Amino acid sequence: MVQNIIDVRNLSKSFDISSKEPGFKGTIKHFFRRQTKSLKVIKDISFEIKEGEIVGFLGANGAGKTTILKMLCGLIYPSEGSILVSGYLPFRRKENFLKNITLIMGQKQQLIWDLPPIESFYLNASIYDLDKFEAKKRIKKLSEMLEIDEELFIPVRKLSLGQRMKSELLAALIHEPNILFLDEPTLGLDINAQRNLRKFLQKYNKETNATICLTSHYMKDITSLCKRVICVHEGAISYDGKLDLLLKKLSPVKEILIICRSEEDAIKLGNSGFTVKNKIKNEITIKIENKSITSSLKTILNNFDIEDLFINEPPIDEVIGKVLIKKDYDI
Amino acid sequence: MNLRKYLKVYKKFLHTSLASELEYKTNILVDLITAILSLVGSIFLLSIFFQNNGYIGGWKFEQALIIQAIYTILNGITNTWFNPNLTEIVKHIREGTLDFVLLKPIDSQFFISLKKINPSGFLEIMLGFFLLLFCIRINQINLSLSFLSLSLITISCSICILYSLWFFISTTTIWFVKTWNAIEVLRSFLYIGRFPLNSFSFSLRIFFSIFIPIAFITTIPSEVFLGLSQLWKILVEVIVASVFLITSRKFWLFALKFYSSASS
Repeated sequence: MVQNIIDVRNLSKSFDISSKEPGFKGTIKHFFRRQTKSLKVIKDISFEIKEGEIVGFLGANGAGKTTILKMLCGLIYPSEGSILVSGYLPFRRKENFLKNITLIMGQKQQLIWDLPPIESFYLNASIYDLDKFEAKKRIKKLSEMLEIDEELFIPVRKLSLGQRMKSELLAALIHEPNILFLDEPTLGLDINAQRNLRKFLQKYNKETNATICLTSHYMKDITSLCKRVICVHEGAISYDGKLDLLLKKLSPVKEILIICRSEEDAIKLGNSGFTVKNKIKNEITIKIENKSITSSLKTILNNFDIEDLFINEPPIDEVIGKVLIKKDYDI
Repeated sequence: MNLRKYLKVYKKFLHTSLASELEYKTNILVDLITAILSLVGSIFLLSIFFQNNGYIGGWKFEQALIIQAIYTILNGITNTWFNPNLTEIVKHIREGTLDFVLLKPIDSQFFISLKKINPSGFLEIMLGFFLLLFCIRINQINLSLSFLSLSLITISCSICILYSLWFFISTTTIWFVKTWNAIEVLRSFLYIGRFPLNSFSFSLRIFFSIFIPIAFITTIPSEVFLGLSQLWKILVEVIVASVFLITSRKFWLFALKFYSSASS
């Protein structure tokens, strides 16, 4: 049986936030008598993650995804509740715990700006107490997986964003962690760089059985990497489960564009009980529920003279977008 | 604490920060010229103060020059280690890159206090030592083992006090986010350390001994050089340095509990 590597129980986090009225008067008031209020950004959440799982955290900006990730890796103290990651209380930041995890943030970098990435790799290797031989071996292996070579010897400031992100990954993985926290790792990357990074993460997960917790606003990252998603809405979990179940729930119907041999056939099809979205001459678009798609298509093909047909999936971004604004999903 | 690992990491820190600095040759050259001109300017200023009256606060020009030498060494240490690292803490906290430091299996205070060095500060340290050797000669100071150990102890204590004060102020960034001004005020107070404590009024002497212990930083080591220091003063300096160092450490660990990281 696969063991839980992350166990979160009734976790909450509050921050003191100050607010300021607009204008000069507001500025003076804010300077002398700052109004602060406690804001609960994470509200009583519980979940478990199994070893080797890739879990995507979905939510709108400010929903609390990054705060959850930062509490899981021990950067932020929780206000209430408990977290166990790999058997450790993360916020104690014990050496053995830190050797087990890594955090990669798409918008922040740890590489030394003026030096080639290789210098940062060896610095990290010494921090993780790796000898030169072992470090060299790991750098070679990871650079092959990431398909970077010459870039390792060029100052970071002269690398493209994609090359820099690959180097960031290598720097963050040199100690071979078994839990990866990734906060928008593909931010700002072009389509090819995004695809390469996803390919690498899949390969890394397969080869090392590492657990990956990922936040991303690029739906392709989520759909190609995560079987399971945790949707966060205003600090609470609105859905925790399989991604395909969520997609089925959110888009229960498919749109089918049917091109009939004649306009008469299209009229006949429109009057046969299907929900019609639109009809232009011999082309008709109908909506069919996912569960009856096979039988409905069979009926159409047997009873009407069809030239061609196209099944349209609703755009994934549109579907997932619904999650970001809804509070609860019972599936 | 694994000392071997920390030495290995420090060696890497030295290597990477030297390599980073050497990327900008002109900048190093400008820094070196600035250090020399700054020392020449300070000695010139000091000589003007002593022009009308041979003594200030009971100190002769040749004796006051020792304070200048110790100040130059400490300023060199400040520019080599404290300035590049401790001002970076504010940046780390404001931009949230402290996250990377805290997630490394190494002491975070060690990491943020020693990661960078500014090689041009070394020249200032060397200039300070040369000036100190010159002062030892003109003041006809006898070099004995006890004298050398006491000098070493008091200068080490000065470094600890200076570091702790600076680190303490930088740590408050976790709550106040911007503390550049406080660090600038501390640096301005350090300039005062170029003059003997006795040259100030009684109230200022109390202020610079108790509230901001600048007096301990330069005057007591200088008194040791001139054989003027009493043992109790040295003991007080050791105690002050230890209290400052321990407090700065405890304060850092306490402050980290309030670190909320920058938003993404």
